[in-house]
Amino acid sequence: MSAYGAVISARFRMHLQYRAAAAAGFGTQLFWGVIRILIFGAFYRSTTAHQPMTYPQVVTYIWLSQALMRLIPWYAGDPDVRAAIRTGAVAYELLRPVDLYWTWFVRIIGASLAETALRAIPMFLVAGLFLGLQAPPSWASAGAWGLAMIGVVLLAGAMVTLLSVTMMWTISGEGVTYIVPTLAIVFSGLIVPLPFFPDWAQPILNVLPFRGMLDIPFRLYMGHIPSGQALPLFAQQMAWAVALIVIGRLLLARGTRRLVVQGG
Amino acid sequence: MFPVKGISGPPVQVGGGCSLLSPIVVENLVKTFRVAEREPGMWGAVRGLVRRRHRRVRALGGISFAVEPGELVGYIGPNGAGKSTTVKVLSGILVPDSGRCEVLGRVPWRERIALVRQLGVVFGQRTQLWWDLPVIESFDLLRAIYRVSERDHIRARDELIALLDLAPLLDVPVRQLSLGQRMRCDLAAALLHSPKLLFLDEPTIGLDAVSKLAVRDFVRRLNRERGVTVILTTHDMDDIEALCTRVIVIGEGRILSDGTLDDLRRRVTTERWLIVDLLEDDEVSDAQATVISREGSRVCLRFDPEEVAPAALIARITARHAVRDLFVENPPIEEIIARMYRGAAP
Amino acid sequence: MDSLRLYFRYLGVSVRSQMQYRGSFILLSIAHLFATGADFVGLWVLFHRFGSIKGWSLPEVALLYGMVSSAFAFADATSRGFAMFGETMVRTGEFDRILLRPCSVALQIAGQELTLRRVGRLSQSIPVLLWAAWSLHVVWSPAKAALALMTILGGACLFNGLFVLRGTLAFWTVESLEIMNTVTYGGVEASEYPLVIYPAWFRRFFTFVIPLACIGYFPALGILERTSAAGVPSFLPWVAPLAGPAFLCLTLQVWKLGVRHYQSTGS
Repeated sequence: MSAYGAVISARFRMHLQYRAAAAAGFGTQLFWGVIRILIFGAFYRSTTAHQPMTYPQVVTYIWLSQALMRLIPWYAGDPDVRAAIRTGAVAYELLRPVDLYWTWFVRIIGASLAETALRAIPMFLVAGLFLGLQAPPSWASAGAWGLAMIGVVLLAGAMVTLLSVTMMWTISGEGVTYIVPTLAIVFSGLIVPLPFFPDWAQPILNVLPFRGMLDIPFRLYMGHIPSGQALPLFAQQMAWAVALIVIGRLLLARGTRRLVVQGG
Repeated sequence: MFPVKGISGPPVQVGGGCSLLSPIVVENLVKTFRVAEREPGMWGAVRGLVRRRHRRVRALGGISFAVEPGELVGYIGPNGAGKSTTVKVLSGILVPDSGRCEVLGRVPWRERIALVRQLGVVFGQRTQLWWDLPVIESFDLLRAIYRVSERDHIRARDELIALLDLAPLLDVPVRQLSLGQRMRCDLAAALLHSPKLLFLDEPTIGLDAVSKLAVRDFVRRLNRERGVTVILTTHDMDDIEALCTRVIVIGEGRILSDGTLDDLRRRVTTERWLIVDLLEDDEVSDAQATVISREGSRVCLRFDPEEVAPAALIARITARHAVRDLFVENPPIEEIIARMYRGAAP
Repeated sequence: MDSLRLYFRYLGVSVRSQMQYRGSFILLSIAHLFATGADFVGLWVLFHRFGSIKGWSLPEVALLYGMVSSAFAFADATSRGFAMFGETMVRTGEFDRILLRPCSVALQIAGQELTLRRVGRLSQSIPVLLWAAWSLHVVWSPAKAALALMTILGGACLFNGLFVLRGTLAFWTVESLEIMNTVTYGGVEASEYPLVIYPAWFRRFFTFVIPLACIGYFPALGILERTSAAGVPSFLPWVAPLAGPAFLCLTLQVWKLGVRHYQSTGS
């Protein structure tokens, strides 16, 4: 476990690519949450039309986002892996008698869990006590949410690991994959809760894997999605996760052979 | 050729013959730092967040010296003795608590920009050149920063390129240079604006033997032929022995010694060392000499020339043993300095 | 002025350094463009759903967003020296070398880097601004266009002032204070929406303490000719952007205090 401890502590000192993630300490996130709530409040007061979510639900959604946002793929690939590929140290990893894919997979999951725990606990406390984060309406909803969270961790882990694997194909470890974190931020509901997206966009959002990362778990939490739906939705998350894992493992095998052939 | 004198002797005319004033005058400089004390462990770290305890460190306890134009002064001392603090005060980076200081006629921390324009500084550990740029472009940028006229810049630059053999390096990005090459470029960079005063901090650190000699040779010529006053801070005693006519030793914020190398040696000890290469492995002993070390057939003896004349001792040793070679040396300067530091420690 | 020319030379050096890594620069710029474009997507979605916010329509808020985001783009691209001052200069001792050069310390720090990829943000903020200008029901005049430009420049000054403050903090604490991030990045987001939607204490803070309102909201009122409706004197929009440079000057004075502190205590 100490190896993971080292990985995780190194991660905390990392600078991330995007200003949102890089700058977001606890204070900043509180501020962002408050601003978003004020913005939504003003929007709600400007119209009497029916909205996809009630205002209290929006508030809860926003605080859940701030608490748990580190679970989504912020990285276009694990930065440690990128560094290893860039320096060639990945060759050492290939020599070890462990499955490389699972090593990377567990590594990124450990890191994101640690980062999330550090942020989620104080955020739940503060937002729950003072800022309008409501508890789930029922135990069933809470349970549904818990199940979905497991799905989130596995799904996001699979996605980031796949992105890490694709870095083996570019010399400096970068590529078009840099777009993925932005897609994740927008289409997971972090910028604006997904139910607010236009109706014509909803089917598209349902097809993408990102919905399952924040939007679905949060709406299960609030009971916005009835808890009965938990299992099928979890299955959907896992289907994506499995697909990404399979692709990831295939690509890794190809990439490994390629590296070895080129002489490392 | 200008006659270069040490601290005694009349002021020297250098270069344009203008400066009769000492380039550096330091009087009773005192500098104390407040250092935050970190308590060890987790609990200490938590306590440290709330209340920090501070320790007062006396980096400079009232040092005084003056440097004459054209001197090449070695400024040495153990780590934490106050060397870099002194240099920082002299260059205007640090403000002392009390005392008087004038460099090139200016109070450093008050007239920083004016002073620094006439100062060259080389840090051995860190380059001042721009990492990704070819050397020549760094030089050009420095010209803009120091506001040197085009003509003066080209003249100084081409001279330095010739002296330091930089022609093949000019288009190479600094990050691709070897340590020795980088040091030569840094030396040139520090001299592009023709400063009268040069601070060198560990200029030969990490360099191979050839580069060290090149650097020393360059500095020597700079000082002897162009009269640039040089302050050399270093741990490398070979640098000191090769270059400095005057050595200032600082320890724990106080000046322990200020004079020539020989003065320094004599202050600590008059002893000399006799190194003998024997033909056979013999036990060597003498009533008036002590064996310091023995490595294979090489024996090192310590003796006091005031007690026994070197010639007499040599005669006795060669009479008793089969000797292949021998030489008489001063104790290495490191040994001298180490003893001096030990003497200084309370 | 000599100093200005030197500043641009520094930036040129930085650009040339980055150009050596051309491939990754292009990709990172595109990525940055996407990342910052996400903001506007959020804006658009909400207006599609709600129609308006406190009497402001999408083109009107887009005007505000375009100006503030563009201002931040300029500041973000030129801010690396001060923003990363603690990590890159104080901790490594590089700052001593800065002090050994015969020119302004602030200028050298400011010229450290022109982070080209962050200019990518402009490629979404400028089109948004132009679209807003085209869609708005206002009569554009050279004066208003000049006001918009001044607002962007003033905003760039103000944001750079915030980065200067952040760098100055490095003289005193090793950790970069979260409060600066909150105000800088939080401030950008907040000022992309009209100030009226925020509570009174918020409005007062961002008008008088950190005058973000002056480099977005007030000039926008002027362009949209809503000053009387908002209860604001009609000359205010035209002088408000000056708060940006004024703020920057103020922070540079604080910076000088920081340098003096460094010189008396060492690192």
